Amino acid sequence: MAALHEPGFVFRHRETLLRIAIPILVVVCLVLLWQVLVTATGVPQYILPGPGAVALALVKDWGTLSPALWVTTKITMSALALALVGGVGIAVFLVQSKWIETAFYPIAVILQVTPIVAIAPLILIYAPTTQVALLICAFLVAFFPILSNMVQGLKSVDHNLLNLFDLYGASRWQTLIYLKLPASLPYFMTGLRIGGGLSLIAAVVAEFAAGSAGAGSGLAFRLLEAQYRLNIPRLFAALILLSALGVVIFGITSFIAWLGLHRWHESSIRREN
Amino acid sequence: MTETDAPLPPASHKRPLVVMRNVSKSFSSGTLALSDMSLTVQGGEFVSLLGPSGCGKSTALRIIAGLGDVSTGEIDWPSSRINSKGLPEGDISFVFQEPTLMPWQTVFGNVYLPLRLAGVSKAAARENIMTSLDMVGLKDFADAYPRELSGGMKMRVSIARALVTKPKLLLMDEPFAALDEITRQKLNDDVLRLWRETGITVIFVTHSVFESAYLSNRIVVMKARPGRVHADFPLSTSLDRGPLYRSSEEYRATCEKVSHSLMEAIGFPLADGMEMH
Ligand SMILES: Nc1ncnc2c1ncn2[C@@H]1O[C@H](COP(=O)(O)OP(=O)(O)OP(=O)(O)O)[C@@H](O)[C@H]1O
Ligand SMILES: [Mg+2]
Repeated sequence: MAALHEPGFVFRHRETLLRIAIPILVVVCLVLLWQVLVTATGVPQYILPGPGAVALALVKDWGTLSPALWVTTKITMSALALALVGGVGIAVFLVQSKWIETAFYPIAVILQVTPIVAIAPLILIYAPTTQVALLICAFLVAFFPILSNMVQGLKSVDHNLLNLFDLYGASRWQTLIYLKLPASLPYFMTGLRIGGGLSLIAAVVAEFAAGSAGAGSGLAFRLLEAQYRLNIPRLFAALILLSALGVVIFGITSFIAWLGLHRWHESSIRREN
Repeated sequence: MTETDAPLPPASHKRPLVVMRNVSKSFSSGTLALSDMSLTVQGGEFVSLLGPSGCGKSTALRIIAGLGDVSTGEIDWPSSRINSKGLPEGDISFVFQEPTLMPWQTVFGNVYLPLRLAGVSKAAARENIMTSLDMVGLKDFADAYPRELSGGMKMRVSIARALVTKPKLLLMDEPFAALDEITRQKLNDDVLRLWRETGITVIFVTHSVFESAYLSNRIVVMKARPGRVHADFPLSTSLDRGPLYRSSEEYRATCEKVSHSLMEAIGFPLADGMEMH
C-alpha cells in the first residue's frame, strides 16, 4: 500500500534531472541546426565547417592539439596557483597595518589598471623563455582580483567578533587563523572563480602577443597557425578544446567554493523558508 | 554582628571586582561619551545599567571589559590577575547585543573559542564545553551551525561561550533586546538561575525598567550627554525572583521608583528620548 504512494526515483529527482537534461538537449539541438544549415547552404569548409568536420579534425589532429592543450593547461593552472598563494599572502601582509596598506596599495592598483597585454611585449623581452613569459602574464592578470577580494574580505570582519578576540587576549596570529582567514573565505572564493577564468584568458591573449612557435606552444598558437593555413576545422577544434578547458576550470573552482562554503555560507545554501 | 556561624560566601564575594574612578571617554569624532563616571561593583552583585539611548552604557561596559582606553580617570580590577597589556586575564566575559557567533563554526566550535585562544586542547575542553551548553539547554545542538538556530538559541550559545571560561564577571550589553517577549523572559530566568547557581557577578545593560527590576539587586541609572551615573539603587536580594515576583508589591514599587529616576535622567517632563538643549 505504502509503496504505491512512494514517489519513484525519477519523480524525486525530477528537478535535478531536468536541470541536467535541458541544457544538454539545447546544445544537441544547436549542433544539429548547425549541421543542417551547413549542409543546406553548402558553405565551403574553409569558411564554416560543420560539426562533423570539426569532430573529425579533433580526432585527426589530436597528436598536435593534445600537447598544446597540455601546455595551456599547465600555464593556466600554475599561474592560478601562484596567484592564489601570492594574492592571499600579499593581502595578509597589506592589512597588517594602515601604513603598509597606504604605502603599497596604490602600486597594486596601478599595476591592476594597466592593461596587461600592453606589458606583455616587455615581459617577453625579460623572461628567459616564452612559456615563462606566458606564465607571468597569466599570473599578473589572475593575481589582482584575488588580492583585492582578499583585502576586502580581511577588512570586513565583524567588529564585535574582533572585540571578542581582543577580550580573550587572542594574538595577532590567532586572530588571523581563527577569525580573519575563515571570515574572508567567501571573498577568497569569489577571487578564485574570477582569477580562474582570467588566467585562461590571459594565457591565450599573451600567447597571441608572443606568437611563439615550436614544440612548446599552446592552444592559442595552434589556433593562429590553423588560421594561417586556412585549416578552419582545426581552428574550431582548438577553440572547442579551449572552451572545454574553461568549463573544467569553472567547474573545479565552483566545486572548491561549494566545498568550502556549503555548510555555512548563505551563497551556497538553498533558501528554506 | 558576628558572622562566625554563617556559611562562608565565595571568595570573590563582597570584594570589589571592578572600580571605575572618574572615568571620562571621548571619541575621535569629538563625542564625549562618558564624563567623570565612578562605579564600584562588588563580587556577587547583579548590577543593571539603565539609561536612555546614547548615554554611554555600551561604552562603559566596553571600558569595564578592558576594550578601549579611557581618556581620563582610572579603571581597575582589584581581584584579577593583570596581564602584560594591563588587562584582567580570563576573568571577564562579554555577551553582546547580537549573538556574534562565527558562522563557519558549529555551536561546539563557537563555545570552544575562548578556551582555544587560551591554548586548551579540544579534548581537554570538551567537558567544560558540554557543561556550558547544558547550562543553557543546548547540549543536543553541539554539532549544529548557527544558521540552523533561532535567535533565542543563538543568544544561548553566546551565553554558553561566555560561561565556558568560568569567569568572575559577566558583562551583558542588551543581550535580549532583539528577542520576543516570551523568549526574553525565559532567558531572563535562565540568567537569574545561572547567577544564583554559579555565584557569578553580572553587569547587565538594558533599556527596560521592568527587566532591570526583575533581574538585578542593584540598578544604576545613567544620564546622557555626557554619560554619567544619575542614581544608584540597591535592591533587596532576599526575594525569590520567579514568575510570582512580577506581580508582587515590591516589584511594582521598584519599577515605579526606577521609572521616576529614569524620567529625571531623561529630563522629565520632556517626552521619552528627546534631547534637552
Ligand atoms: N566608536 C565610536 N565612535 C564615535 N562615537 C561613538 C562610538 N561609540 C559610541 N559613540 C558615541 O558615544 C555615545 C555613547 O554611545 P554608547 O554606544 O555607549 O551608548 P548606549 O548607552 O550604549 O546607547 P544604546 O542604548 O543606544 O546602545 C553616543 O553619543 C555615541 O554616538
Ligand atoms: Mg549600547
